[in-house]
Amino acid sequence: MERTQDIIPLPKPAGPSAPPETPAPPALRNAFEVANLDVWYGQKHAVQGITLNVPERTITAIIGPSGCGKSTFLRCLNRMHELVPRSRMTGSILFFGEDLYAAQIDPAVIRRRIGMVFQKSNPFPTMSIAENVTVGLRLNGIRNRAFLRDRMEQSLRMAALWDEVKDDLGKPGVSLSGGQQQRLCIARAIATQPEVLLMDEPASALDPIATMKVEELIHQLSRDYTIVIVTHNMQQASRVSDKTAFLYLGRLVEFNDTDQLFTRPREKQTEDYISGRFG
Amino acid sequence: MTSAANNHGLRKALSGCISVFTFICACLVVAPLGLVFIHLLRMGASSVNVDFFTHLPAGPGEPGGGMANAIAGTLVLLGLACAIGVPTGVLGGVYLSEFGSQRVNWTIRFLCDILNGVPSIIWGIVINGLIVIPLKSYSAYAGGLALGCLMIPLVMRTTEEVLVLVPQGYREAALALGIARWKTTIHIVMKTAARGIITGILLALARVAGETAPLLFTALGNSFWNHNLREPIAALPLQIFQYAISPYENWHRQAWAGALVLVAFIFTLNISVRFLTRGKPVRV
Repeated sequence: MERTQDIIPLPKPAGPSAPPETPAPPALRNAFEVANLDVWYGQKHAVQGITLNVPERTITAIIGPSGCGKSTFLRCLNRMHELVPRSRMTGSILFFGEDLYAAQIDPAVIRRRIGMVFQKSNPFPTMSIAENVTVGLRLNGIRNRAFLRDRMEQSLRMAALWDEVKDDLGKPGVSLSGGQQQRLCIARAIATQPEVLLMDEPASALDPIATMKVEELIHQLSRDYTIVIVTHNMQQASRVSDKTAFLYLGRLVEFNDTDQLFTRPREKQTEDYISGRFG
Repeated sequence: MTSAANNHGLRKALSGCISVFTFICACLVVAPLGLVFIHLLRMGASSVNVDFFTHLPAGPGEPGGGMANAIAGTLVLLGLACAIGVPTGVLGGVYLSEFGSQRVNWTIRFLCDILNGVPSIIWGIVINGLIVIPLKSYSAYAGGLALGCLMIPLVMRTTEEVLVLVPQGYREAALALGIARWKTTIHIVMKTAARGIITGILLALARVAGETAPLLFTALGNSFWNHNLREPIAALPLQIFQYAISPYENWHRQAWAGALVLVAFIFTLNISVRFLTRGKPVRV
């Protein structure tokens, strides 16, 4: 599916939009370049010295046992961790070469370019299905009804939800089943056409069939989006991702292509974790 | 074995007695409401007629007359009170729930609870000193301000309580969409809790609608229509008070009727709260 022209005027780095059939495709740029990232919540040192690059148009999985800092790391990528009182961060994160934490950057503007899907589906209870999808556009000043209508349908189609809800668009978003609600949240996140999607255990509260649908969807979306997905499910990481980072106790243990990491881990800790010896 | 059985019988009997006793206590709690209502109906219903809602008070000894000016006055005063109490209270509640640091909030909450406990007559005296004396006139504004000040802590605390109940996930979802903080607060958080906020406002209104003491020193009362909010204005509770302490029989009957109308009005406010929160906890 083609991404339509962006209607929100966002400062975007001028980049080559990869032509479809080039003999030697241009090397992928890095969506994120994270260097020496440390995060504290009060006294707790949640993320310790993480350095890694997330290439664009790939799916990067972050795995690790509970409390290893993977959600915190993800939340640093769209500055959501700042909402936690007494959180503190050092190090640098570049987003397509641009300093995410520069003084003149407005977190709200940056978050329009970096969408997020949460573990617990959270459609707004006061809004219908259609309103839920377009809320990010409407509250950022877009009023053109025809445009909103088109973008809503397009987003719901991309989220593989359109056929299930097209006759019930006026019903409350919370009337859907759990799996549908999560796909609605994904539709809501992609309706603003961000460049990156961050997903924080998007399928962990879903049944196997809904999980499969969401995974298929992630796979579809990876053609257009850079996706960073946090998961505690190693099978999921190996199924959906191109690259995998293994975090343990706040540190990055290993970061490699997914098939490499799962078949020939370089680190003993990684091997122990993926073979189920701890975590 | 027998003693155990005896014990069991005794315990059962005791349990039954206590159940009956608590039931009687519960009845005693509700009984005054019924008694008040029945008594008001008996004493006041005969005087509640069309004239009561459309006519000015009659003089002592004259037949007929009504409390149209007092009913209108109470509505005007409640409107003024809302104009002062609702924005201040709601925004204060938003601050406590969405912004403010922990320590500041603790202090504000504490002071707010003290304010809630301040006797309403104190508000009357304070507003009298601040507004009535410098401006050399009792006024509807002063009365509205006194009632508004009474409403502020009530509205503020209920607003805070219902906003805190809005799950954090909604705020995060909105912020992650790049929606500004203030828009998130208004369009997502407050909208989600709108029912609860309105409930809080109505309860505060019902609470101040019957206040007499703060109006004695501010609105004063008025036997005629008020055409200027900078002048004294009539109010139902004031009119009831004035008529009830008078020596005239027909004024007593009017006071009963006024009391009945006031109670019915507050009753209606409470019913609408029930209606708003029907089948749900106060949130959402």
